[in-house]
Amino acid sequence: MKIHEYQAKEILATYGVPIPRFEIATTPGEARKAADDIGRMVVVKAQVHVGGRGKAGGVKLAKTPDEAEGHARAILGMDIKGLTVEKVMISDAVDIDREYYIGIVVDRATKKPVYMVSEAGGIDIEEVARETPEKIVKHAVDPESGLSPEEARELAGKIESRPAVADRVADFITKLYAAFVGSDASLAEINPLVITPDEVVWAVDAKMNIDDNALYRHEEIAAMRDPATETDELRKARDMGLSFVKLDGSVGCLVNGAGLAMTTMDLISHYGGEPANFLDIGGSSSPEKVVTALEIITSDPNVRSILINIFGGITRCDDVANGLLLALSRTSVSLPIVARLTGTNEEQAKEILAASDLVSADSMNEAVEKAVELAKQPA
Amino acid sequence: MSIFVHEDTRVCVQGITGRDGAFHTKGMVEYGTNIVCGVTPGKGGQDVDGIPVFDNMKEAVDATKANASILFVPARFAAPAVIEAAEAGVDLVVCVSEGIPTLDVAKVYQRIGELGTRMIGPNCPGVISPGKCKLGIMPGRIHTRGGVGVVSRSGTLTYEVVDQLGRHGFGQSTVLGIGGDPIIGTSFIDALDAYERDSETEAVVLIGEIGGTDEEQASEFIKSNMKTPVVSFIAGRTAPPGKRMGHAGAIIAGGKGTAQEKIDAFRAAGVPVADRPSEIPDLVRSALGR
Repeated sequence: MKIHEYQAKEILATYGVPIPRFEIATTPGEARKAADDIGRMVVVKAQVHVGGRGKAGGVKLAKTPDEAEGHARAILGMDIKGLTVEKVMISDAVDIDREYYIGIVVDRATKKPVYMVSEAGGIDIEEVARETPEKIVKHAVDPESGLSPEEARELAGKIESRPAVADRVADFITKLYAAFVGSDASLAEINPLVITPDEVVWAVDAKMNIDDNALYRHEEIAAMRDPATETDELRKARDMGLSFVKLDGSVGCLVNGAGLAMTTMDLISHYGGEPANFLDIGGSSSPEKVVTALEIITSDPNVRSILINIFGGITRCDDVANGLLLALSRTSVSLPIVARLTGTNEEQAKEILAASDLVSADSMNEAVEKAVELAKQPA
Repeated sequence: MSIFVHEDTRVCVQGITGRDGAFHTKGMVEYGTNIVCGVTPGKGGQDVDGIPVFDNMKEAVDATKANASILFVPARFAAPAVIEAAEAGVDLVVCVSEGIPTLDVAKVYQRIGELGTRMIGPNCPGVISPGKCKLGIMPGRIHTRGGVGVVSRSGTLTYEVVDQLGRHGFGQSTVLGIGGDPIIGTSFIDALDAYERDSETEAVVLIGEIGGTDEEQASEFIKSNMKTPVVSFIAGRTAPPGKRMGHAGAIIAGGKGTAQEKIDAFRAAGVPVADRPSEIPDLVRSALGR
């Protein structure tokens, strides 16, 4: 789960990570008041779940509360990469002497949390990784024993040579790791970590992603999910335990299993169509899931045909067929549906569906070809 | 032979009295898997269709000499259950559970590695050596015994491929689902290494998907270490970046983990890549020179 910068900073602050004073504003008036409260130069920052906010004009310095109000008026409601800005952060604009990058990810190859530090902070770290990879120092952390004080000091020493400042950076590195583990993050990134001219250390920007699988033990973080970032369809899918991703094509698909669902999308493209979505109904095939899945698919006006691709393993095809008929009797779907049910009890499933309007297919290729063809026909 | 599970695999089912545990235990017993015991805390002394149930893994292993376990335990209790199995001395743990926190899996991986136990999964269908042992939730009847090894990050897509292999007369030595999570106990390379050493496996089908670099590492391994021919399929060519496609591990992040990178890596290593699953049997046929 992605969270906003201000939410990441709220979490980090509870672990003692130094965060410049900030307030959140949803109106220009609130932004003015916040800037007035802080009483120094502030930075007005759009709170949206995308990178490159600065380049898009979503981050502005303000010397006075008047200016802060003006910037907030411009930024609130702004569209950044398809997302509307609903909130701005008004943050103390600390003085910058040096900017570093520090981040932690769960690394799939080493199967450990990996710390990354770089003296090249304040710029896009992916660019640094491409252009000057030698400027990024990586260090895998033992997941059982955690990060030792010696490791933190060694990492700090890679980016900061002044001993007193390096001690403060090491302390920062230790606290960030505690926050990462304590909140089950999959990513925590501070870019930039700022050293002020008087050698104070601050997390000026912060990005955290939280492991969805761990949200059950972090109610306070789960509650941070921003309803404005989630469509009704996504919420409906999540509540029903369906995996759904909206795409731009015209062939809606309903599949059991993530790998098979991706393959179905790829085949639609192979046969000259475009998938309207990824949708995995998972292992169980209850009629409720099928009904919800069909409702989600048909709510997309681009969809011209629906493809149902089920490989019955433990799931019985006759169960799915009955669920499908029940689902169709409960919803009014006028779009053509191609159903390919194979595996356990597929013969019974065929008999059940024989009396329906569903177009049947024996193989995955045939089903996809038919669905692509139907999506191209005029309504 | 076969890899990871054989005729002599003695299985303990953790969570045997639960709904899923009881259901899949029945399926495994019907297939002929040697289920020697089950564990459910607080239900020691009972039995499930004649299979003795113990309170904990240590008692179960001491009494029955189980050497493998399969877990049907809710995700939030799965990590300690895997460690309990490893500490009790089983060689192999199959973790079907989906939704275990990733940092917990990282800790489990490290701990059981120290104990010398292999984990398959989490978030996987398990492993089957046709005619010998089914340690998982896959439909047994689509599998036939033969010389093709299959290793995959997927579930139903694997069934689809196994079904097509069977229809074209290609039986399987072992079919292994390694799971769809970002951190998994057994990687493609672990499986490929085992297939390479296995006398029964004549060719391997590797089914990958977007996310991570396990396929790229596998392609390097194949190039440097394998004589057994490998053919592959990669799911997710049309997946958009930054979106999790069902599996927690199936995500193109920071421009990395695309299907094309993996396809290119395999082709550069001389591994044919099927455009559609239906092409896999033909690729296997030519790989075997038939």
